[in-house]
Amino acid sequence: MARLQIERLSKHFGPTVAVHEVSLDVRDGEFVVLLGPSGCGKTTTLRMIAGFIAPTNGRVRLGDDDITTLPPWKRNTGMVFQSYALFPHLTVVENVAFGLEMRNVAGAAVAERVAEALQMVRLAGLADRLPRQLSGGQQQRVALARSLVIRPDVLLLDEPLSNLDAKLREAVRVEIRELQRRLGITTVMVTHDQEEALIMADRLVVMSEGSVRQVGTQRDLYERPADRFVAGFVGRNNILTGRIVGPGWFETEGGLRIACAGSAPGHAAIAVRPERLALGPGVANFDNRLPGTVEFVSYLGASIDVHVRVSSAERMVISQPNRFDGLVPKEGDSIVVGWPSEAAVVLS
Amino acid sequence: MALMVIDRRLLGSWALTGAASITLAFILLPLVFVTWLAFFQQAIPSFPPQGYSLKWFFAIAENPRFVDGFWLSLQVAIAAMLIGLAIGVPAALCLARYRFWAREPMGNLLLLPILVPGIVLGTSLYVFHVEVTILTTLPILGSIAGLVAGHILIVIPWSVRLITASLAGFDRNIEEAAQNLGATPTRTFFRITLPTIRPGIVAAALFGFVVSFGNLEMSMFLVGAGRTTLPITILQYLEYRIDPTIAAVSVLQIMLIGTAMLITDRFVKLSRVV
Repeated sequence: MARLQIERLSKHFGPTVAVHEVSLDVRDGEFVVLLGPSGCGKTTTLRMIAGFIAPTNGRVRLGDDDITTLPPWKRNTGMVFQSYALFPHLTVVENVAFGLEMRNVAGAAVAERVAEALQMVRLAGLADRLPRQLSGGQQQRVALARSLVIRPDVLLLDEPLSNLDAKLREAVRVEIRELQRRLGITTVMVTHDQEEALIMADRLVVMSEGSVRQVGTQRDLYERPADRFVAGFVGRNNILTGRIVGPGWFETEGGLRIACAGSAPGHAAIAVRPERLALGPGVANFDNRLPGTVEFVSYLGASIDVHVRVSSAERMVISQPNRFDGLVPKEGDSIVVGWPSEAAVVLS
Repeated sequence: MALMVIDRRLLGSWALTGAASITLAFILLPLVFVTWLAFFQQAIPSFPPQGYSLKWFFAIAENPRFVDGFWLSLQVAIAAMLIGLAIGVPAALCLARYRFWAREPMGNLLLLPILVPGIVLGTSLYVFHVEVTILTTLPILGSIAGLVAGHILIVIPWSVRLITASLAGFDRNIEEAAQNLGATPTRTFFRITLPTIRPGIVAAALFGFVVSFGNLEMSMFLVGAGRTTLPITILQYLEYRIDPTIAAVSVLQIMLIGTAMLITDRFVKLSRVV
């Protein structure tokens, strides 16, 4: 277990820049998630940490060592692949023991550590099965045991849950997180699923087009997104584009004047979360009140989404908790949307 | 109406069974007859048999031409199979994994020897060996090395094809996983890659052996004076005699290859690779 430091790491494939100057400092025992849409460079970054891809520029440090130029088999990283990549001709025990064998661990110690690892992922009874005789969830746990048994300095998870069905995924992500905490193992996970990222991470790294857009906790990303990409990618947001026209005043492209806290030069945007907006009589005390027409209502059970047209160019989504006394607007209703200026974030 | 449907289904199933039986009979009948013939007592095969005997099998063992031919064929087939694999495995890996301009031409080139008729291949190799022998004064013409080299040529297409097929569903992540766990590329190849494509390798070995062992046309041009492979011995014997010795030789060959297939099938299900 160790601290992982990435310094200005870049990867160019010919003229395309897959990863651009990514820097990241993962504390010992921390769980960091690289989050972003497909093609954002998160998997390339992970593969550079594992050593499968040589970076064009930048350094990777693990503990006290610079491992940038070490081949994969000399780095002590444990990787869980999206496809699990179990050895099809080896049994569960042989799969898990492989890394210890490569490290020339003595026979008795191998048996003990393999048994311990299988116990840890609750697979003790399936030791002699072949991978094809296991369910997807069991295969995933073998892959996890196989990479943990070597006591890696850092655990690398490449979309480890994407091949599991939804129910299982929910259980496994909590399980992995608890195991990681108990072992105190430094972990970097890659995913495109933000719910998964939010549940599992200590800290998140939002990536897009090869660059890091923001590094922070769940709360940082949700409350203080660094830019429009993060504001739109993490959770839902109403993003209105326009510009700041005076201190505390924003004018949208549709011509709406909105009170706001914060400022940004030139072409700017404000973002406000659907659940931070209010509808109807409750908006009286807010400094922003926009009249509009209800265009669409979705009843989601715990909450209701109301889509309100506030100008010819702009529509906002309001998420209301479904309380017993709450009103459920109908399509075509005239209604007022309101929010306090502090509820919105100004983005450049 | 329901009766009609059932009738049609039955009819279809009979038709299928019938067609399958005829095809099977077409394949098996010659084998059955040659086996039957091998046990006939009389020297000139005619029906009905006048009695049964094992003497033709003893006749093989007493005929040094058959024994020598068998040993030569066996040695050549094993050598060609092994060298063919040593070339076929890397070639198939290269074709399956790397994208380079010569990939397709190279793939086609490696399959070419099965498309060229054996006689043509034999003639060209013969001429080639003559030229090389004259140029280098090395004893290549009619040598065992020359014969084996020719056989490697006809084994390669099979080993490349069958191993390429077994690489089709190969998840390269398992090699990365091995390296991630501390295996060097060499250890990864022997511990992970080779065992994973074992079915393809076994099938390639079997086909390579059979193709080489049974080859007649090309070998006729390449065997040196005083040497013959088993198929050539059979042909030469048939020119003068038609007694059941040939049938007995065929039975032994069928048994040899059948045994090889049965043993192979114990390790890999042949139906899965061919």
